[in-house]
Amino acid sequence: MKELFPRKQVMGFVFSLVLTAAALLVYFLDMSFAVGMTVLLVTAFIQAGLQFIVFMHAGETEDKGLIFTNIYYGLIIALVTVFGTLLAMVWGYV
Amino acid sequence: MDFFDRFAIPHPSPIIYASMVAIGLTVIAIVAGLTYFKKWGYLWREWITTVDHKRIGIMYLLSALLMLFRGGVDALMMRAQTAVPENTLLEAQHYNEIFTTHGVVMIIFMAMAFIIALMNFVVPLQIGARDVAFPRLNNLSFWLYFMGAMLFNLSFVIGGSPSAGWTSYFPLAGNEFSESVGTNYYMLAIQISGIGTLMTGINFIATILKMRAPGMTLMKMPMFTWSALITNLIIVFAFPVLTVALAMGTMDRLFGSNFFTTSDGGMDMLWANLFWVWGHPEVYILILPAFGIYSEIIPTFARRNLYGYKSMVASMVLISLLSFFVWVHHFFTMGQGALVNSIFSISTMAIAVPTGIKIFNWLFTLWKGKIKITVPMLYSLGFLPIFTIGGVTGVMLGMSAADYQYHNTMFLVAHFHLVIIPGVVFAMIAGMTYWWPKMFGFMLNERIGKWTFWFIAGGTCLAFFPMFISGLDGQARRMYTYSEATGFGIWNMLSFIGALGLAAGFILIVYNVYYSTRYASRDIGDDPWDARSLEWATHNPVPEYNFAITPQVNSSEAFWDSKKNGHKLFKGPFKEIHMPNNSGMPFIMSILFFVLGFALVFSLWIVAIISLIGVFACLAHRSFEKDHGYHISVEEIEKTEAERGGAEHENR
Repeated sequence: MKELFPRKQVMGFVFSLVLTAAALLVYFLDMSFAVGMTVLLVTAFIQAGLQFIVFMHAGETEDKGLIFTNIYYGLIIALVTVFGTLLAMVWGYV
Repeated sequence: MDFFDRFAIPHPSPIIYASMVAIGLTVIAIVAGLTYFKKWGYLWREWITTVDHKRIGIMYLLSALLMLFRGGVDALMMRAQTAVPENTLLEAQHYNEIFTTHGVVMIIFMAMAFIIALMNFVVPLQIGARDVAFPRLNNLSFWLYFMGAMLFNLSFVIGGSPSAGWTSYFPLAGNEFSESVGTNYYMLAIQISGIGTLMTGINFIATILKMRAPGMTLMKMPMFTWSALITNLIIVFAFPVLTVALAMGTMDRLFGSNFFTTSDGGMDMLWANLFWVWGHPEVYILILPAFGIYSEIIPTFARRNLYGYKSMVASMVLISLLSFFVWVHHFFTMGQGALVNSIFSISTMAIAVPTGIKIFNWLFTLWKGKIKITVPMLYSLGFLPIFTIGGVTGVMLGMSAADYQYHNTMFLVAHFHLVIIPGVVFAMIAGMTYWWPKMFGFMLNERIGKWTFWFIAGGTCLAFFPMFISGLDGQARRMYTYSEATGFGIWNMLSFIGALGLAAGFILIVYNVYYSTRYASRDIGDDPWDARSLEWATHNPVPEYNFAITPQVNSSEAFWDSKKNGHKLFKGPFKEIHMPNNSGMPFIMSILFFVLGFALVFSLWIVAIISLIGVFACLAHRSFEKDHGYHISVEEIEKTEAERGGAEHENR
């Protein structure tokens, strides 16, 4: 019975629902911009990691090195794009 | 009539009406010809529905050549208009439309199609695979690209072409300043073909990582395959940015959102920013496959192995990473402070280092080589000096302080044409000539090919070197005319003559294809160039399953080893081969995408919703479809192999 019940997946599903609910609170509760953004960013990154590992099975196969290299590479590119844009359009703009 | 008014051209001219008639007649001629020769069934079974990477590659190649001529005619008209001061050949609006479509057609529909054509044809053969990882997706990629290209070209005769430049900067591209539907076409056509390109990226990464022949580790891959892998990685990371930017731009234009407007919290500069976050890596998407092609051609005709394999790979990886760190250099003058511009100046100049490494590696490969001057080799040799000049002027442009002088002048135009033409166009013609015998079973005529090279190389230099001078003298790009007192006349006249030389070169390419199809020998064997990598180890023409027996690889030049060092490529007996089935679904789905795009351009909401439902219906159909492909029996393989002869197998 233990092999038949996908415990990890069900737990993951519940946890991702909790994360979604936490993110929704930002809309319903009256919090400051900084706190709201922090909650959104933190829950978003945990959510993404959860989806990759639990539901898309990253790290369960032999080529997990390749998969994680790709994810980290994508993450670097995304961060460079976001912070580069902020630098060019906001912080460094005179 | 109100409903039909929207389809009219806003600024008609006799040239456009003449083109409408020409397009109409061509379509009628094609339809009539296909019906008369009863080729509809053949076209559907063998080409439109095909999942064979070789045929998809050839379709990409034909489309790329078609688009090369469309974009080339645009270029000729621009050069003709500016050849003399105060010219009245074209009106300002028409000129704006022409430089916009020239840029989009050449980059998105010609260069991209050309590199994907060669990747499609060559990569699975080079790694000893039977097809790409997702053959049907490959077909869908092609048709999405093709429908995007056709939608874009339709703007010419229905509704008016985009005229905000190929970069389509907001607020100029917004509804306020671009009232015609032209920019809608731009947003949607590029979006549709971009989806196709993204699929190609995923497809080829999976193919190269998962389907290499036994023994071919990553560091034993041929250099063109390496460049294809890196290119597709950049595609996967860069294209989503374009997708998002185009979607935001589409919403601004169709639904009145405010992403790139100058009011209501919009930020027009963000378009330029996002466009170049995609746009700069795009440059490397175009150039890296070209580097790969040169890295195949130069060792073959210098009769030496490639110098510095590892540094070639490392420099490509470095270029791919750095390509994401430099995009701000496209708009140094937009108002960022010195700190931001300095950061992006330095990262820009850093790219010259790995590129320089590659140039030196090619030179060292040529060093003491027994060089054979063939047409592909001529293009490679012509590439080295012209590309270096184009690249070095790029470093000049990369210095942000100096860039205030060059920005938006013809100097910039000269720079990027002198990197893209030797980098991409030379490479593509060289690659096409080099792999032509594998594709069609005969070689292109060498004598005509050499004439073509001199016309194209000479034309390129004559067309673009004068622009450095007129640009430094202050001629802005995209100016449709200028006064005689500026003194730009002579330089622009020289450019026009150069453009005519290029046109003559491209006409010679067409003549060469015609001439060689008629007269070239079909008895050329499987390896006419005495080449080094795996694609030459199979027959001419390549059987649909590529290799009867999966090759065993021991180095990056496995075929060379099998010819010279007694390495045995094909071991074991024939086995049954599992192949994918053809499918008409991708074509139908792409037609629906085309209708969806057209309906959105003209805000025909009901048609748009129906075609979108159609797209989802196709996706659902695919999810529930059971298609296990088919098998080719051992007898059939034996028959084909006996017919085509060639490379040795143990069975014979």
